[in-house]
Amino acid sequence: MTEITEIIINILTILLLLTGTFLILSAAVGMVRFPDLYTRLHAATKAPTLGIACVLTGAFLFLYVNESIVSGKLLLAIVFILLTSPVAAHMLGRAAHSQGIKPILKHRNDAYQEAIDNKRKMK
Amino acid sequence: MTDFLVLTEKILEITVLICLAGISIALILLLYRIIAGPTQADRAIALDAMGIDLMGIAGLMSILLITDKLNDVVLLIGILAFLGTLAIAKYLEKGVIIDRDN
Repeated sequence: MTEITEIIINILTILLLLTGTFLILSAAVGMVRFPDLYTRLHAATKAPTLGIACVLTGAFLFLYVNESIVSGKLLLAIVFILLTSPVAAHMLGRAAHSQGIKPILKHRNDAYQEAIDNKRKMK
Repeated sequence: MTDFLVLTEKILEITVLICLAGISIALILLLYRIIAGPTQADRAIALDAMGIDLMGIAGLMSILLITDKLNDVVLLIGILAFLGTLAIAKYLEKGVIIDRDN
């Protein structure tokens, strides 16, 4: 591998790591600042998924350049986190709604609650 | 050109340290939400985010130590955090609510 390629991949790794850390940190700030459980759920499961994908891609590129290791486990971890994080968020949101936690809605109705009520009326 | 390569490697090392510090601050903020969360679901959400952040710390340590031994740890933390979140969500949904449709 030539030097210019190594330099480009190093700069790319730096950018990926910084982007991922910014996303993870902003998600944590959102967890503290947001007023509602559902907005917090939005902050805590959407941004860190992309952030961790960026960080692990940076680690993969670094290992590939410096150690010439193609780490399949890191790729598997990226795919796994991209698949499972939305599933966990969906389960947690549904559990919280069925527990009776009301969202703060200023301009809309609680559409999920309406759907549940309609289903009860149909039966 | 070789000087520039050495320079980017040094900047990369400093970047990894900065990223470790940032993720540590994120973990502290999530710990505040776990302690002060008004409901149990808030705590479950913060625990899920903490698992994701721990994956990031393990990945950054594998860069810092220049090893691939920590990649198993990344994958294992991901799987365990996902299973734990699913278990907590099931418990919150079925253990508390009484008025079920079926």
